[in-house]
Order: sequence, then structure tokens, then C-alpha cells
Amino acid sequence: MSAAKPLLELRAVRKTYGSGEAAMHALRGVSLQIEQGDFVAVMGPSGSGKSTCMNILGCMDQPTAGQYLFEDVDVGALTRDQRTLLRRHYLGFIFQGFNLLNRTSALENVELPLIYRGVGAGERRAAAKRALETVGLTGWEHHMPNELSGGQQQRVAIARAIVTQPLLLLADEPTGNLDSQRSREVMDLLTEFNRKDGITVVMVTHEADMAAYAKRIVHFRDGLIETDRATGNGS
Amino acid sequence: MIGVALKLAFRELQRNLMRSILTMLGIIIGVAAVIVLVTLGSGATQQVTQQIASLGSNLLMITGGKRMGPGQSASAPAFQLADAEAIIREVPEIQGVAPQASASSTAIVADQNWGSTVTGSTADFFTVNNRQIAEGRVFTASEARAGAAVCVIGETVREKLFGRQSPLEARIRLQKLSCEVIGLLAAKGQSSMGTDQDDLVVVPLRTFQRRIAGNNDVGMIQVSAGDGADTETVRLALQRLLRARRHISAGEDDNFNVMDMKEIANMLSGTTRMMTGLLSAVAAVSLLVGGIGIMNIMLVSVTERTREIGIRLAIGALEREIMLQFLVEAVVLSSTGGLIGIVLALAASKLLAALLSVPWILHLPVMAEAFAFSAAVGIIFGYVPARKAARMDPIEALRHE
Repeated sequence: MSAAKPLLELRAVRKTYGSGEAAMHALRGVSLQIEQGDFVAVMGPSGSGKSTCMNILGCMDQPTAGQYLFEDVDVGALTRDQRTLLRRHYLGFIFQGFNLLNRTSALENVELPLIYRGVGAGERRAAAKRALETVGLTGWEHHMPNELSGGQQQRVAIARAIVTQPLLLLADEPTGNLDSQRSREVMDLLTEFNRKDGITVVMVTHEADMAAYAKRIVHFRDGLIETDRATGNGS
Repeated sequence: MIGVALKLAFRELQRNLMRSILTMLGIIIGVAAVIVLVTLGSGATQQVTQQIASLGSNLLMITGGKRMGPGQSASAPAFQLADAEAIIREVPEIQGVAPQASASSTAIVADQNWGSTVTGSTADFFTVNNRQIAEGRVFTASEARAGAAVCVIGETVREKLFGRQSPLEARIRLQKLSCEVIGLLAAKGQSSMGTDQDDLVVVPLRTFQRRIAGNNDVGMIQVSAGDGADTETVRLALQRLLRARRHISAGEDDNFNVMDMKEIANMLSGTTRMMTGLLSAVAAVSLLVGGIGIMNIMLVSVTERTREIGIRLAIGALEREIMLQFLVEAVVLSSTGGLIGIVLALAASKLLAALLSVPWILHLPVMAEAFAFSAAVGIIFGYVPARKAARMDPIEALRHE
């Protein structure tokens, strides 16, 4: 760990659902630092707390105890709207199920986060077209999600996540619904954004060969970090 | 943001076109009903007021009989011509007095016949009732005194008996009386009670009494008060005079009625207004039901689009932006319904006004109010679903299947 200030920092984060006898401890004191430009794969069996951890990192959930610092800002102290603004301006999301808006063209799906940022229509369209171009979907702008293959849909979702040039890209099993060829294409894109644009990537995955694209692999077990090691991909 | 929300709302409306139309139906019917009722109601009120004004608001009608409650009256001695003469002599501020007796009778000319009403009266009948002569003349004082066989007919009678020809100098047979047509009344159309005011034959009172009725009774006396006279004062003077003439002792009820047309006018327009008010209340209920329909469909829509809401929240939509999106959608739904309702109401009220022969009055404020009300219905009933959408937990919403 260098002296550089980390982009994200979890300090002894606990997350408990329910209370008393029925309490479920999803995170039991997780501490983690992620530097700007890192590419972290989060692994672990289901129920190990990795999804809860992703929700907290994505500012969609609050820790029960401990602190989550995003660029030194204590996310736990923010209101719901402030956390939404944080997502709007600094975060990009990629989901296992793509989560594109139905009956809405690829281009309009990519434009969506820019609408909430208040970007004007012309600029929005141009930026969305560029983003679709970087994921190799030029010519597919006006197709609806149901007219696209799974791989194409995930690339639209990636375009939507990076069109705002976020600091942090959170990917929740982005290749979970794809065959190995499409999975490699998606991973190549994520690696490229991480290397060329310096976007920090945190990705949950079950597959070891997908995790191998990352610079660092964090293993969760029973609400705690079991192992945290570099893969040697980093320079 | 509003622009984007509007665009989204219209798209959402189009996507579920059938559902949207069915949802709007309540509002469409409500708005259309309110406007149609108000338009027809104010048309009817205006018509009644105008007709009464054309009858003369200074008109009083004296009829025989004791008032015994709604629709009932006991028989009482009829009036005589002398009563009318006494009124002229003794009641001040009077312009005209028209004693009348009527009977229905078939009027026959050559091979044409027509069932009409024959009224015997004096020349004052025409001034008191504001009737103009279109052709010919009314009967003279000497004709009235002598009981001459002359008559003045209404436009309907002329049309039925003479077609396009002039009726003047022709002879009409009324029961045993054969009389010469000396005048034609200008058409006046239907009265507010729906009777044809042009379906009448007027003969001198004496002629009627002798040759048609066979007695000297007078059924009704119409009195017109002078301009600026207080009809209430005149009414009381008439009552006093007639009580004396009919020997009604103090404490006994009148065996006649003096009705003031002003009173009738107020009563009629009051009734129309009340009917309009009641029907409008029913229409308002249908707007309310329409609003509930919108709320229902918006709740369904919010549930159906849970995942979409989750995506928007995750990507950076604020609570109020989600709220706005669904509110705008509800308002677009309700106010589109309102607009369709207004257009329908314009067409329907125009058609109905023609059918009911009521004047059609364009009521812009009512339309503006109805539109504003429908938009308000959208806001009020869209609020709960919109809040439900805005308060969703993005994690839960994204997990929703």
C-alpha cells in the first residue's frame, strides 16, 4: 500500500439485517482500501457478504456500524438524496441482468444518466453515440434491448455506465449471463477502461478466469475478508 | 426535466394506449357531463328568462279556485266580465286587463281541420301578452261589444288550415260558430313549458260566451301593471278587490289565485339552476371516480415498472425526479382525458341544444375550470402512486422480477 490517499475506504464495516435472535450478520467488520485506478475482483460463495459490500460501495445501502469513506467523504453521514447525487456524478453500474430499460432504444438507454446530470439534448446524443462506438455498437443505436443479443445488451449497459466517465465502475457479475466468448469481450472492455481511462473497477464474480483479469482479488467468507492478494496484472 | 418527463409520459401513454383510454374514460365522461349540463342548463335558464321577459314581467294572472296544496284546487265560482271592468275602474297603475275564457275546439276550413284552442278575450289580450299582429288587425271595441263573428289566428293554425295562402277574409268554423279571420299573429314559438304559443284562435269574449261556451263565465283574467308599478302592490290591490266582489269574509281563504309572472320566472329559473347544480354534483362524482381509476392504474404501473424505477434510482435519479415523472404521467393522463371530454362536450351539447331547442351558449370559464379540475385530479390521485415510486429502495427494486 502506497502513501497515496485511497479512493475508497471501508473501516470495520458491519451490516446486520434484522435484530435479536433473527439478526443476520452480512458483514462482520470489513476493512478495505481501494486506490484510484485499481481493478478489484470480489469473490466468495453466496451469502459471504460480497453483494452487501457492493451495495455499500455503490452508496445504495448504509453500514450498520463502521465507516465508508468515498474520497474522504463519510457516506454514512449523507442523506439519501446526497448519496444519489454521489452515484449520479461519480459512479457507474453494470449488472448481471443488464438492467436496460425495455422498449427504449440502445441510444436512449445510454443517454439516461446524462439526462439526470442535466446535459443538453444535442451533447447528450453525441456523448451516447461515442460511448456506443467505444463498446463496438455503432449501427445498433436505434435497436431495442429485445432486438439485441445478451452480449450486445451488456455492452449497451457498459456504454451507459461509462458515458458519464465515472471515477468508479461497479460491476455485479457482469459476465454471469454470458457465454465465454461474450464474457471475454466484456472483460476486455472493462480492462481497457481501467487501463486507458484510469477508471477504478470493482467487480463481483464467481468465475476464477474472469477474476484473473483484475489486478487484485478479494475473497469474502462469512462476512469477512478471507484473502486479499494482487494478481500481478498491475504494473 | 419537465420536458423530459412530459415526453416520457406521452410515450408511456402511447405504449399502453388501450389502457390509457380506458383509464381516461372516467375523466372524459365526468368533464363532458359537467360541461354539457352547465351549457344546457344555462341555455335553458336563459330561454326561460327571455320568454318570461317577452310575456311581460309585469304580468299578473288571476285564476279561480282555492289553493289546497300542490296540484289540488277546489272549484269556485267563475269570474264575470264585470270583475274585469271593476279592476280597470278601481285598481290603480294598471295598463291592460284581459278577461279570458278558453276551450279546445276543432277549427275547420273547407276540407282542412285542426284541433286548437279557442280563447275569447278583449283587444287587451294582445297588448297584455305582447302579441304582435303580422297581417290584418285585431277586433275593434264595437266588434267586441257586439260579439261579432271575427277571429285572430296564430301562425300554427294558419299553416295547418291555409298552407301558404293568406288567411285574411277566409271563414273558419269553430263548432257552431263561423267567423271571419281578420288578423294573423306574429309567430312566437314554443314556451318554456313546451307548449306551442302559436296554436290558438282568439275571438271576442262575448262571441265566445254566446256562441261557443253558452255561458258568461270568465276563466282567467290577465292584468298587466303599468311600467314602473310594483307588481306586489298591484297584486294586493287585486286580491282586496276580488275578495270584496266575491264576498269572502275575513279569515276565510281566497277562492282565487293571483300569480305574479315575476314570481313564476324566479321559480322556473331557480328550478333550472337547482337541476343544473344537482346534475353537476353527479358529474363531479364521476370525476372523482375517474380520479380513483387513475390512481389504480398508476399504482399498477408503478408496480410493473419497479425495475425501471430501480435502474433510474441507481443511475442517479433523485426521489423528487421519480416523483415528478409519475406525477406528470398522471396529470398527462387526466388532462388529456379532460381535453377529450371538452371536445366531446362541445359536440354533444351542440347536438342536444338543437334537439331540445335550447340556445347553445359557449361557456369558456366552465371549460377552463373543467380542464383545471381534471389536471388537479391527476395531481391529487397521482400523488400516492408517485410517492410510492419515489420511496422505493433501489436494491429491492432492482431485484424485482
